[in-house]
Amino acid sequence: MTISANLAFALPELILAGSALLLLVAGAFAPTQLRLVGAGAVVALVAAAIAAAVQPYGRAFSGSLVSDAGTVFGEVAIYVASAVAIPLGIAWFERRGVRNFEFPVLILLAALGMGMMVAAGDLIALYIGIELQSLALYVLAAMQRDNAKASEAGLKYFVLGALSSGLLLYGASLIYGFAGSTVFSQIAIAAAGGANTGLLFGLVFLICGIAFKVSAAPFHMWTPDVYEGAPTPVVAFFAAAPKLAAMVLFTRVLANAFPGAAHQWQQVLVALALISVAVGAFAGLVQKNLKRLWAYSSIANIGYALLGLASGTAEGVQAMLVFMVLYMIDVTGFFACLAALSRKGRPMETIDDMAGLMKEQPGIALAMTAFSLSALGLPPFSGFFGKVYVFKAALNAGLWGPAVIGLVGSVVAAFYYLKLIKAMWFDGSAGTTDKPPFEARAIAVATALFAFPVVILALKGLDAAAATAARAFGLA
Amino acid sequence: MTSIGLSHYLAVAAILFTIGVFGIFVNRKNIIVILMSIELMLLAVNINLVAFSVFLGNVTGQIFAMFVLTVAAAEAAVGLAILVTFFRNRGDIAVDDASMMKG
Repeated sequence: MTISANLAFALPELILAGSALLLLVAGAFAPTQLRLVGAGAVVALVAAAIAAAVQPYGRAFSGSLVSDAGTVFGEVAIYVASAVAIPLGIAWFERRGVRNFEFPVLILLAALGMGMMVAAGDLIALYIGIELQSLALYVLAAMQRDNAKASEAGLKYFVLGALSSGLLLYGASLIYGFAGSTVFSQIAIAAAGGANTGLLFGLVFLICGIAFKVSAAPFHMWTPDVYEGAPTPVVAFFAAAPKLAAMVLFTRVLANAFPGAAHQWQQVLVALALISVAVGAFAGLVQKNLKRLWAYSSIANIGYALLGLASGTAEGVQAMLVFMVLYMIDVTGFFACLAALSRKGRPMETIDDMAGLMKEQPGIALAMTAFSLSALGLPPFSGFFGKVYVFKAALNAGLWGPAVIGLVGSVVAAFYYLKLIKAMWFDGSAGTTDKPPFEARAIAVATALFAFPVVILALKGLDAAAATAARAFGLA
Repeated sequence: MTSIGLSHYLAVAAILFTIGVFGIFVNRKNIIVILMSIELMLLAVNINLVAFSVFLGNVTGQIFAMFVLTVAAAEAAVGLAILVTFFRNRGDIAVDDASMMKG
């Protein structure tokens, strides 16, 4: 294949890489034009999403880059979610006097890394994608340079992220050694009848590394600290798109490189899923800070997504994809609400701060109620449908026990979601809040309307797209 | 005298990797030491990759090692930059200091 034929498959990534470099130079010459750079980045992300949606299917660069329905699904969702984060973040930073034009450029680079993750067809591309995404996210977490908490969050994220990259890489080196190749399709041949000891060691290390990135327990310890310390709109970004990217990557590795070892990795995934659900539900009970609370909620939700993947069927992958997209919309909306709220310029982050919000800001309070009920999985909100898909897939794959434990975890977690709703609706007001800024309110209202009722209309299309994407991964 | 085979290289890499991991968890003093431990882990992986590459007669491992080296350099740059902002806010880089957030 000629180089230009190869590059045709990488068009979305090329658009992002080119515009990131271009905007970085443009920003260096006009450092005050934050909004212009941001608009450029949004245009680039939308263009990349369109290019991803119409890209041809096939393999390029000797199998390193895979383009199929799964790639398209992942890339479009990731690029759109990244584009939403840019206006939210720029306005938030501007109100705090931080005018770094690097913010949109870093989001672009992270989106590029995530695009590579979902399109990775061998271990080298996988590693480069993960690192490109992670390095951009470390810097984003520490973006508020004069904030002690933010730099502590950045530092913790960096150290634990680098540790997880090390684990992942050690696993990748073992897999390369014992399979004789880094390309997933070749590894699949070596692991056809189940993984031998060397491959199994490599696979476990690789799973641990990716589990860090999706913040599945017991590899979750960075999540609460990073969510609490990092700037709220940045959390809105990295609670959403990177999680989906890592889950798609997870699916890609397990389904394309280790389909023969399915019975081996299923056990590991079930364990990860159950520990995540339990940790997310029980550790969340004692949290006062909403960002920390939502970190534990995200750990529990990743547990449900992993339960879908652990089914090891195309139905399970489809359930995971639907669940993750619905969850992404919820979590973006919730953090947009948090970014919108402040009291005399001070951010409102604890449950006590939310007392009486229904009287102060009924719109935002209603949106937060919708997101909480959706994360809890109450019908008719979007989270309910996600959980239905996951549990149905788990039951059809014979995972009765794990599904029951997952449901119990969901009931336990209901306590903290309802506690937040009770504080907003029934507690006495804790003082007047500032007028919420336009962009955060718009994103909050739009995502809340999606959580209910738009989801009922959109679910059919999402279901079909996720089913096509899931079939592309090749699991039965 | 026995000749040095693949397993010897793998053993060295495994030992280095373990030292790196323990350097992150056991170390309670200085964050720079953590950065060094991370570097140690990545270099252990490189030994693995190059050893496998030679014994498999397959050049992919060496190419992978080049990528790892490059990314490790970028990672160290980002890590040190974050460490500098942390130091400016706190005036110290002791590991026990990074404990504003708990729970």
